[in-house]
Amino acid sequence: MPRRLIILKFLLIEDNYELANAICARMRSDGHVVDHADKIFDAIEYSQIGEYDLILLDVMLPDGDGREFLKHHRARNRSTPVIVLTARSQVSDRISLLDLGADDYVTKPFDHAELEARCRAALRRNSGTSQSITVLADVAFDPVAGSLKVGDSTIKLRNKELRIFELLINAPQQIFSKQKLFDRLFSYDDDVSENAIEVYIGRLRKHLVGSQLSISTHRSLGYRLDHD
Amino acid sequence: MVQPVLAEEWEDQQFFGSATSQKTLRILSNTDTRFFAPIIESFLKSQPSVSVKYLVTGSAELYDIFRTSPEDFDVVISSAMDLQFKLVNDGYALALGDLEHPDWAQWRESLFAFSTEPATIVINREAFEGVPTPSSRQDLIKALRQRPETFQGRVGTYDVRHSGLGYFFATQDARASETYWRLTEVFGSLGVRLYCCSGDMIDDLVSGKIAVAYNVLGSYALGREDAQSQIKVILPSNFPTKMMRSAFVSTNTRLPDVAGTFIKHLTGIQADISKAATFPLPPLDRTVEPAISLDPALMTYLDRLKRRTFIQEWESAIIQ
Amino acid sequence: MIEGVKISGSLRNRLTVSLIGGAAVLALLMYFIVRAYATQIAQQGQDNILGASVNSILDAANVSEGFIDVDFPYASFSMLGTDTDDRVFYAIYQDDELLSGYDGLAQIFPEVDKGSAYGNTTFKGAPVRLASASRMLVGADLRVQLTVTVAQTQDSLLGALNRIGRNVAIFGAGFFLLVVILAFWATSTAIGPLAQLTTSVARRGPQDLSPVASPVPREMAPLVFSLNKLMARLEYSLSRSEDFIAEAAHRVRTPLATVRSHAEATLLRVDKEENRQAMRSMIRAIDESSRAAGQLLDHAMITFRADNLDQKNIDLVELVQDLAMRLSPIAEMRDIELQLDALGPVSVIGDAILLQNAIRNLVDNALKYAPSESIVRLVVATTPKPSISVVDEGAGFPVGEINLLPDRFARGSNSGGIIGSGLGLTIAQEVAEAHGGGLTLNNHSRGGACVTFSF
Repeated sequence: MPRRLIILKFLLIEDNYELANAICARMRSDGHVVDHADKIFDAIEYSQIGEYDLILLDVMLPDGDGREFLKHHRARNRSTPVIVLTARSQVSDRISLLDLGADDYVTKPFDHAELEARCRAALRRNSGTSQSITVLADVAFDPVAGSLKVGDSTIKLRNKELRIFELLINAPQQIFSKQKLFDRLFSYDDDVSENAIEVYIGRLRKHLVGSQLSISTHRSLGYRLDHD
Repeated sequence: MVQPVLAEEWEDQQFFGSATSQKTLRILSNTDTRFFAPIIESFLKSQPSVSVKYLVTGSAELYDIFRTSPEDFDVVISSAMDLQFKLVNDGYALALGDLEHPDWAQWRESLFAFSTEPATIVINREAFEGVPTPSSRQDLIKALRQRPETFQGRVGTYDVRHSGLGYFFATQDARASETYWRLTEVFGSLGVRLYCCSGDMIDDLVSGKIAVAYNVLGSYALGREDAQSQIKVILPSNFPTKMMRSAFVSTNTRLPDVAGTFIKHLTGIQADISKAATFPLPPLDRTVEPAISLDPALMTYLDRLKRRTFIQEWESAIIQ
Repeated sequence: MIEGVKISGSLRNRLTVSLIGGAAVLALLMYFIVRAYATQIAQQGQDNILGASVNSILDAANVSEGFIDVDFPYASFSMLGTDTDDRVFYAIYQDDELLSGYDGLAQIFPEVDKGSAYGNTTFKGAPVRLASASRMLVGADLRVQLTVTVAQTQDSLLGALNRIGRNVAIFGAGFFLLVVILAFWATSTAIGPLAQLTTSVARRGPQDLSPVASPVPREMAPLVFSLNKLMARLEYSLSRSEDFIAEAAHRVRTPLATVRSHAEATLLRVDKEENRQAMRSMIRAIDESSRAAGQLLDHAMITFRADNLDQKNIDLVELVQDLAMRLSPIAEMRDIELQLDALGPVSVIGDAILLQNAIRNLVDNALKYAPSESIVRLVVATTPKPSISVVDEGAGFPVGEINLLPDRFARGSNSGGIIGSGLGLTIAQEVAEAHGGGLTLNNHSRGGACVTFSF
């Protein structure tokens, strides 16, 4: 059984357990490692001990404002990107957060896909964390940069291709239903049919031509990444 | 019009210009016509539609006549400064606002002085043959005392009781110096002859009837060109008494414009030294402010009590 | 900026008018007092001379041989000479009988040997001032009261008074003029701090509720103190309400986020199509409500800020660049490329927060309506006016609805399944109008919508 290859380490600072659990569950199901702190005090401790690729920070916390953590974090010159989870939607609030050194923010409630996209963008901007390259057979996949290296040629993946491939490569030999892929790919206001998936699978197959990897179709079940 | 009753009293009356002219300026004056004729004639040249009636009388009479009927005259001219002043002070004169004249030579812009004339001593040259002519009042006193026989009954002066100008000269003399009273006493002792007017005194001097005349108007004496070989005019060297002849327009004039123009014409001529040769009247001496100026003090000796006192003193000195 | 303020007079006018009025009263008072005083002094001068004249005449009187003799000196009258040639009248009475002088001159019979009495009367048509004094003369067999009156017209006095009056009037007018100038100066000096305070308060940004720090004159201290207190209270209650809104949003949005996360997770697990549809609808409802709430709050903020623009110099290109960066993850999700077309910095004066919000709404819209794998162009232009255009390659605006779209809550008929509150264009339009510009909607000739935000 192939192990999961892409591992990012997150620190989630959120005092609402329900939400924290939901986020953690989702993150972990994607193969990431998530530590959860529910207080600034704990968060500071975690961030001093552990090395995180990314910090997700709620603004309103029981022992203070998330901004306090930001100030503290930046004061110690930590370059770990911070994405703020805010319930405030006002522009001025968002701007003051960015001024304090947050890399980005998402407004609650958020689309998990958007959070992922923002995380990816933040990681990409923070060039120090490019050790996330996954190599399977003769294919190297960099989910942060969104690139696929087959042999000598590097292919820049489109976002939807990237996200499908991310799923597939994290669990090779596993069949993903069209439905599942669709749920991952499209936000809920996109008015597209599940058949759109076929287009992206088709493109990925084209990218993988000449490599040891291929995507097979399993009628009425879905798709699977195969390794020669 | 001059009233007929008074008509005989005029020393002289002359009419200048056309008899048919509608405007006749009536001038009441104590100045001999011959002095004024050139002035009036030159005035009429510029005012062809005007004629002038020139009436001459003595200064005291002039004062009385004018006060009695001020409406009969347009212009009043007199050498008696005090009387003229009083008439103006009493409101008989019209103010002429637009006449440029030295401040000291006018009063209330109504009374305008236009000549400066000294009172002089005039002698008969014959009477002083071989002796020095006196140049001051003291000299005169000395000369009279030295030869009383020569001067007995041959000294003349104004009768201050009747002559306005004579009274004016006498009072001003008396004010200026005590010499006047000594002189008057000498006159009295010599049986002085008293005159009403300068003209008469000069006549008698020329004829030799009198040898000395005191306080004669120098202008009159010098004006008699025919007599200069018989008489000599002496200006007393100390404090000469100088009179300013003056004119004003009557408040009651019917011709205020013409009268005003005449006064302007008169003062204009008299202010101009260059015209002195053409016009016989001496000009206004603008070089020095006069000792006797036009001010309220001129009324002092017109006071009834003062006059009474002065005349009493004068009479007691002169009538012995 | 002062609509809705009830005006009752003007402090400046009131101050100026009372200063000028006071000066006018003072000037008039000065004029009358100085004139009255000058009259008194001038009259005193004339009286002294008249009195001296009367006394010199009285002193000259004596009784000799039963006659009254008044041999008064020349100076008695000469002292009465004036530069305006005032007329002089006099009368000497022995008891009630006129001895000499002018008959009919009004007589004041003062007490004997008690100095002169003075009065005014009219003689020979002229108003005159007269002085009168009496003296008892005692001779051998005679005892009479001699009364002397000397009168003089007042031309010189009036002339002097007119001169003084004119000078005082000129002086008074000058004084008045000076005070008027000073009044204007003093007023503007006094009003100055008030105007300064007004400017400093008016120039404040919408968030600036700090107390007035610059020093003010003592008289304004209570006002400024109250103002500071009011602002402190306002700031407190504002921050309270801000905190409240933030707290409320947090309280609502956090559980919503939880629900959404769970719903998403659930969706991944359920296979039955109708259940999946239900989950989708739920997630969509959550998104719609949170987005609507956010835009409503933004709209409220814009309405507030539009009246008090926080004017600053802004580079539009930088602003759009920053925005593009913020929005690129979302664009990426739909494989849309955000392309910035600009030649160089475009500087405008405006409220950065408002502009950011407005442009963000426009780009959000474009990202929603543009097909995936297309390009959304952000064009910053300088001519004819500074403007930002957002051009997509989507279906464009429905023809015939273009003019209605910026209306509040209006949504295009083709919005279909796309989440929106209908406030996005409204917000952009209001911000544009607050900056003196406008929003233009049109469809590109090659298809796609183009929204131009111009200044």
